[in-house]
Amino acid sequence: MRLSVRHNTRYTFETPVRQLIQVQRLWPSETASQQIVSWTVSTTDSVYGAGHRDGAGDWFETVSVRGPVSQVDVLVEGIVSTTDTSGVLRNHREKIRPSSYLRSSHRTDPDASLKVLAADAAKAAGEGTLSLAHALCEAVADAISYVPGETLAHTTAAEALAGGAGVCQDHAHALIAVAIASDLPARYVSGYLMATEEDAVAMSEAGHAWAEIFVEGLGWVGFDPANGCCPDDRYVRLGSGFDSVDAAPIRGLVLGNNTDEEMTVEVVVQETEQSQQ
Amino acid sequence: MSQTGQSFFNEMLNGSDVRAAYRSLERWHRDMPDELRSLKQHEAEQLFRRVGITFAVYGEGGDPERLIPFDMFPRVFTHEEWRKLDRGIRQRAAALNAFLADVYDRGEIIRAGRIPEHLVTNNEAYEKAAVGFRPPKGVYSHIVGVDLVRTGPDQFYVLEDNCRTPSGVSYMLQNREIMMRMFPQLFLENRIAPVDGYPRLLRKTLASVAPQKCDGEPTVVILTPGQFNSAYYEHSFLADLMGVELVEGKDLFVEGDFCYMRTTEGPRKVDVIYRRVDDAFIDPLCFRPDSMLGVPGLMSVYRSGGVSICSAPGAGVADDKAIYVYVPEMIRFYLGEAPILENVPTWQCANPDDCKYVLENLHELVVKEVHGSGGYGMLVGPKADKSSIEAFAAKIRAKPQNYIAQPTLALSATPTFVDEGIAPRHVDLRPYCLVGDSIELVPGGLTRVALNEGSLVVNSSQGGGVKDTWVLAE
Amino acid sequence: MLSRTADHLFWMMRYLERAETTARLLEVGARSALMPDVSGGYRNDWEAVLQASGGYEDFLSKYGETKQRNIETFLFFDESNPSSVLSCIAAARENARVVRTALTSAAWDALNTAYQELRGMQRMERSTLSISDLSEWTMRACFLVRGAVSATQLRNDGYNFMGVGTSIERADNTARLLDVKYFVLLPSLSYVGSGLDQSQWITLLQAMSADRSVNWSYTGELTSSKIADFLILNRQFPRSLLSAVQWTNDHLDEIARIYGHATQAQAAARSLLGELAELRVDDIFDEGLHEFLNRFMYRNGEVAQRVQDCYLRGIPA
Repeated sequence: MRLSVRHNTRYTFETPVRQLIQVQRLWPSETASQQIVSWTVSTTDSVYGAGHRDGAGDWFETVSVRGPVSQVDVLVEGIVSTTDTSGVLRNHREKIRPSSYLRSSHRTDPDASLKVLAADAAKAAGEGTLSLAHALCEAVADAISYVPGETLAHTTAAEALAGGAGVCQDHAHALIAVAIASDLPARYVSGYLMATEEDAVAMSEAGHAWAEIFVEGLGWVGFDPANGCCPDDRYVRLGSGFDSVDAAPIRGLVLGNNTDEEMTVEVVVQETEQSQQ
Repeated sequence: MSQTGQSFFNEMLNGSDVRAAYRSLERWHRDMPDELRSLKQHEAEQLFRRVGITFAVYGEGGDPERLIPFDMFPRVFTHEEWRKLDRGIRQRAAALNAFLADVYDRGEIIRAGRIPEHLVTNNEAYEKAAVGFRPPKGVYSHIVGVDLVRTGPDQFYVLEDNCRTPSGVSYMLQNREIMMRMFPQLFLENRIAPVDGYPRLLRKTLASVAPQKCDGEPTVVILTPGQFNSAYYEHSFLADLMGVELVEGKDLFVEGDFCYMRTTEGPRKVDVIYRRVDDAFIDPLCFRPDSMLGVPGLMSVYRSGGVSICSAPGAGVADDKAIYVYVPEMIRFYLGEAPILENVPTWQCANPDDCKYVLENLHELVVKEVHGSGGYGMLVGPKADKSSIEAFAAKIRAKPQNYIAQPTLALSATPTFVDEGIAPRHVDLRPYCLVGDSIELVPGGLTRVALNEGSLVVNSSQGGGVKDTWVLAE
Repeated sequence: MLSRTADHLFWMMRYLERAETTARLLEVGARSALMPDVSGGYRNDWEAVLQASGGYEDFLSKYGETKQRNIETFLFFDESNPSSVLSCIAAARENARVVRTALTSAAWDALNTAYQELRGMQRMERSTLSISDLSEWTMRACFLVRGAVSATQLRNDGYNFMGVGTSIERADNTARLLDVKYFVLLPSLSYVGSGLDQSQWITLLQAMSADRSVNWSYTGELTSSKIADFLILNRQFPRSLLSAVQWTNDHLDEIARIYGHATQAQAAARSLLGELAELRVDDIFDEGLHEFLNRFMYRNGEVAQRVQDCYLRGIPA
C-alpha cells in the first residue's frame, strides 16, 4: 500500500518565547514493512542539526528556535510504501539487546493487578511465546476499553487498568507492563495509522501508538491492543522506547521564560495512487 | 584498642619498631609541643574555612557549610608499595573502560557467558541511549576512583570502583597544600612525590577526548548541579585550578550541531563537558523530562559527535556493586592479564546460596546496597545491635538482589591525632586515575580516616576525616 | 565570561549597595524620631521610612504597630523582608559564593566576614545594639567590601559588571531616598520651605553622609534647591544621580572597549547621562521633583534591563 502522511503540530505561546529546543524523531526508518518514497520534516524559523541514529535504529535531529516567536509549526509530509508483515519487524537495523527492554518505567511498572492480568492471560494462552504475546494483547484490549478523555498524558498502565478505560497510549503501556511481568521484552512504538471505518475511533487521536514484544526466533513483533490486531500495511512506524515519553516523536522545551503553551495536532494518513508520486 | 577485638595492620609500627617510612614523622610528632599542635590544628581549620572548602551531607540538614575534619598526621606509602598500587589501578581502569566499550557495542563478554546478561542490560545504570555510539578514543570513564583498603604489609583489596564522577580529589590537593604551608620542613626531610599536577593532567585528559567535529584547541567546561550540591566546592575549585568555566545546565544550550555556553560576548561553542551531574539529569529531552539541571538536546549533540561528555552517559554500569564481582573476570577477558589488585570476597544476595549464608552470618558481615552510596544503605554486622540486624535481614529478604555482603575486613590503621597524642585509626584510600589518550595517575590520593575509636566507617557523613597521603619518591 | 558569572557579580554589588541604603534609611528614621514635632510631641517618620524601603504592607501585616524596636528588627534582621540588611548581605554573599573563583580572596573575605559578623549580631541581646551601631556597622562592612574589590580585583569585564551593579543601584537608591523626603515625609506641599522642611533635608543629608560636604560645595543659605542640586546634579558628590550615571557610563564604556564593540546598553546609559548633564535644578522643580524622580528611576531601570539583555542572557538581544 502507498500511504501519504501529513502531520502538522502547531505550538502557540501566550507571551513570545526567546528560545525553544526540540528533539524530533519524525523520520521512519526503512524496514521490510515500510519503504520511504518521499519524506520531509520542517519547522518554522528554526535551525536543524545533530542528526544521528540511535541504538534502536531511530533517526533524531535537534531543532532550535531563537525567538521571540509566538507560534511554531512542525510539518511532516511524506509517502511511504508499506507491506504487511503480520506485525513482524524485519530488516530493521538496531543494536540494543532485547533484554534491555525487560526494565519497566514509571509508566509501565506492573502493579499487582497487571501481574494478575498477565498470569491469567498466560493460563489461557497456547504453547509458545507468540501465543502468549497474543493472549496478553487480547487481555489488555478486553480490560481497557477505548474511551478518549478518560486518561491523561501521564496516566500509568496501572492507573489505566484500574480505570478500565483509555486510549492507544494506555493500551500500549499496559501491554508492555504485562509483557515485562511475563518476562518478555516489550517496548512502546509511536507512528501513524491510516484510519478506516471500523477503527476510526483510534484515529481521533493525534498520532498512533502500539507495542512491540520480543519473540525469540521471530524478533520484535508489533501488537496494537487499541485496534485488537498486529500492525499491517496501514501502519507507519516512527520509533520506539520504554514508554510514551521515551518514544515520543517530538520532545521539546522552552528555555528562559515560562508561558502558557497551546498545542494543536493534525494528522492525515491516506492511501495514495501510484501515479501521484 | 579496637572494639572489634580483631587485630589489624598498623602502618607505622612493626611491633614496637617504627617503620622506616614513618621515622621522620614519628620524631616530628614527638618533638611537637601540645600548644603548637593545637595552634596548627586551628590554623589548618582556618585555612580550610578560608578557601571555602566545606562539605554538605545529603539529607542531613544542619550547617551546609561544615568542614570535614582534617587530621594533620600524614599517611605514608613507600615507593615500592605505590608501584604495585599504581600498576593495579591502571590495569583496573583499562579493564573497566574496555568493559563499557564492549557492553555498549557487541557485548562479547556477555556472548562469551563470562557475565550474566541481565546484570548488565537490566541494570539501572545501563543506558539504552548509549548503545551503538563509540565515544572519542573509546573512553567512557575518564576519571576512575578506586577505593582501596589495606589489611597487611602486602595485602590490598579493592572495595569498589567509581566510574561516574568520583568526588574528593579537591581534598587530596588541598590537604597537601595545607601541609606544605604549615610544615614545610617535613617536605625537606622527606622526598614526597607531588600531586599538584592533577588539575593540569585532568585538563589534558579531557582535551584529549574532544569530539570528532572539534578542530583546534577544545573548550572544556565543568557542569555542576549548582551551589546546593554537596560537592559544589570541589567543582568550583577544580574549574579554577584547570582554568575552565564552571557552568550550570542553564548556562548551556543546543543549537544546530553544537552545544554553546552563554557568555557576556554571546554564545561560545563548548567541546568537552566534564559533568558532575548524574545521567538521569543531563538531558531532559532524553532522560528525566523534569530535570532542571541538564541541557535539553545534549545527548543528540553528543551522539552526533558535536560534544564530548565525561564520564560518558552509561559509564555507571561498570561500577555497580553487582558488576564489581566480575571486574577480575574483565581483566582476564579484555587484557589477558591476571588481576594485580584483589577484590574483597563478596556474596551476592541475588544468589540463593549466598543469600542464605549472608542471613546466617549477618553479625560478622558488611552488607551493602547495590545502588546505594555514601554508607547510608549499609550494615556493619559486628557493630550493629540485634534489632538493627533483624531490620536489615528483613530488607534483604524483601529484595535480595539489592544487596551484597563482604567479610568485615581488619582495615589497616595509621597514627592519627587524638586528645591524648596519637592513636591508630582505620583508613581507606581513593586514588584518582585519569583515562584519555593515555592513562595517568598522580602518586597519592585521598585517605579517609574513621576518627572514632574502633570505627570502620570512613564516610565523611559518619564521623570520617581526611589526611594528606604521601608517596615517597624513589 | 559566563553570563551567569557576570550576573552574579552584578547582583552581588547591587545587594551590597541596597544593604547600605536600608541602613541609611534606618538612620533617617531614628534621627527624625529624636526631633520635636509641631504638635508638641516627637515626630514619627517611621511610616515614611517603611514606605521608602518598599516594605510597609509587609511590616503592618507582620508587626502591626510602628514601634521603633519592631522597625529595627524588620529593617535590620528580618529574613522575610527582602530589603533588610541581613537579607541583602546574605543575598550579596550568596551571589559571591556561587562565583567565588571570580573574586579575590580579599573581596570574598570582606563579604564573608561581614556575613558571619551579622549572624553573630543576630544572636546578641538586642538592647546592647543601638541603631547607630547597626547602621554604622553596615556602612563600614560595605566600605570594606567595595574597598577590597577596588584594591584587589583585576580590571577585567567582571570588575566592570560589579561597577555597573553598584552605580545602577546607587542611582536608584538616591532617587528613592530623595523621593521619600519630598513625597512621603512632607505632610503637604505647604510645608515646603518651612522649618520642618529644613530639618528633614538636614536629616536626609546626614543619612547620605553629606551634611558637611554640602556646606563646602555651596555658599549662602542652604535652600531646598541647593540640596536637590547637590543630590541630583553635583558631579563631586559620589552619591548624586549624575555621579552614579556617569559611573554606569564609564563601566559600560570599559566593557565595550574590552569586547571591542558597544551595544544598546551603552546607548541607553549615554542618553540618560546626556539628559542629566544638560539639566538645571530649576528644570527639575518645574517638572516636579516627584515626577522627575519617577521618570529617572524608570530610565535607570531601563539601562539595567539593557545590560541584562545585551550581556547577562548569553544571546545578545
